[in-house]
Amino acid sequence: MHLIEVMDLKKYYRSGLFNRQCTRAIDGASFHIDRGETLGLVGESGCGKTTLGQLLLRLIEPTSGRIFFDSKDITGLSRREMRRLRPRMQMIFQDPESSLDPRMRTAESIAEPFRLGLRGRMSRSEIEEKVLELIDAVGLNAEHLNRFPHQLSGGQNQRVVLARILAIKPEFIVADEPTASLDVSVQAQILHLMMDLKSEFGLTMLFISHDREVVEHMSDRIAFMDNGRVSWEE
Amino acid sequence: MAPLDVMLDIISLRAHFPTQDGLVKAVDEVSLQIGKNERVGLIGETGCGKTVLGMSIIRLLLPTTRITGRIIYQGRDLLSLSEEEMRHLRGGEIAMIFQNPTTSLNPVLKIGDQIAEVIRLHRGLDKEEAKAEAVQMLDAAMIPEPLKRADQYPHELSGGMKERVMIAMGLAGQPFFVIADEPTKGLDALTKAEIIKLIRDMTADRSMLMITHDLNAAGEACNRIAVMYAGELLEVAPAQTILSDPGHPYTQGFVSSLPSLGLHPIPGSSPSLIDPPKGCRFHPRCPRAKDICKREHPPMISLGKDACVRCFLCT
Repeated sequence: MHLIEVMDLKKYYRSGLFNRQCTRAIDGASFHIDRGETLGLVGESGCGKTTLGQLLLRLIEPTSGRIFFDSKDITGLSRREMRRLRPRMQMIFQDPESSLDPRMRTAESIAEPFRLGLRGRMSRSEIEEKVLELIDAVGLNAEHLNRFPHQLSGGQNQRVVLARILAIKPEFIVADEPTASLDVSVQAQILHLMMDLKSEFGLTMLFISHDREVVEHMSDRIAFMDNGRVSWEE
Repeated sequence: MAPLDVMLDIISLRAHFPTQDGLVKAVDEVSLQIGKNERVGLIGETGCGKTVLGMSIIRLLLPTTRITGRIIYQGRDLLSLSEEEMRHLRGGEIAMIFQNPTTSLNPVLKIGDQIAEVIRLHRGLDKEEAKAEAVQMLDAAMIPEPLKRADQYPHELSGGMKERVMIAMGLAGQPFFVIADEPTKGLDALTKAEIIKLIRDMTADRSMLMITHDLNAAGEACNRIAVMYAGELLEVAPAQTILSDPGHPYTQGFVSSLPSLGLHPIPGSSPSLIDPPKGCRFHPRCPRAKDICKREHPPMISLGKDACVRCFLCT
């Protein structure tokens, strides 16, 4: 069962006088990701892998091609329809500190999806209980709940990002170099945590990295990207 | 463990910062000798004090920092030089390749002019000569079309290109001793390999301290590796030994957390530098910690002429 299906996806950027220069960021990508599968995407910087990740979540608009999410063509959906779909698909960015609100304490950050009603109507005590559950699931403890992002390390912040994503309970995650700004020892911790959470919550993932060894650890299948084109290992 | 010809001798160096929460002991009793033409890698996790150690050598720390100990360079203690004398050495005989080229380069000056400034100040060339020499430096750093690049601004260059500019600038004053702070940070695998090769080639007849958390990069670029944890050195050994036969449990953990060697995480997280653990600073995370490790602070023990380790279990 494909959760994600991509057909001949293209993204061109035009620039220069009279739009004469054309950069083919994604030049015809077709692939699918099964439910529960992790697809790894490897490539040098500037090859278009981040663009591809953002296209799948429609954070940017494709030039042409189709993207199916759960058998539904999402390329033509309006912003409003997309917004309703967004809780089912989430993204983990490279730099955890800049993806968290600097003025929100850990507890508020994790509680936000619940307060917004993404998981149905919940009482304050129910939310509190959920937050404690999640903070434990990502390997943090109660003392971190009152901290701001600048008071936590990069690895701890990335754990908060993961807890926040789990609060939304998505089906599909695009992880774009989630450990590129972390130390190797912390990287190992975060990647293990992601593998555990993935099997526990049955997540489907696109895992993007320039580090082939990391991708091999994380993925069921690996795609390579070079100059906007996707290729596969035999 | 003393190399034959010592270029830089760091003796019991401490760099402590007073903060609202207490005294941050970023560098605590560090002793390290770097030989002539020797390249030493300084390895450690974020916040272990490795950049502070580098900054204290060229004395670029805040005036409120409490620095004690000695740093002997050619018979002189760098820590007792006047600011005037230090300014003369800094960028010239002792230079730094700063981390993060995007923020370290001046965005409103052309690349060539930024490098020429170093050459004019430290090598006494006039403006025209310095400019020509800057182009030479860019060429030596393997930047294609150096003449054209010298006339460009930092934002016109890619990340790997900017790192090459930083290296060219760091070496423009023809230093005897170079400190390279995270020169491979944020680069992809291919560019990283090129930069390491460039650093190795361009520092062949110089001494270098390369600060990095990338153990593979240090292994390729350096002769010896010093492992830093919570403000102190835990192990110093030849680069190959560190990678293939690490002695300290922390180094072992660090090596096996590499993706190529199993991706096994070290449990726990780095301790606070304000109130580091009693006894061995690594004991709360150490899989082999014994009673003595919790009670007593292990001394640095020499293991032959170029290796030493700070661990009760390694003797």
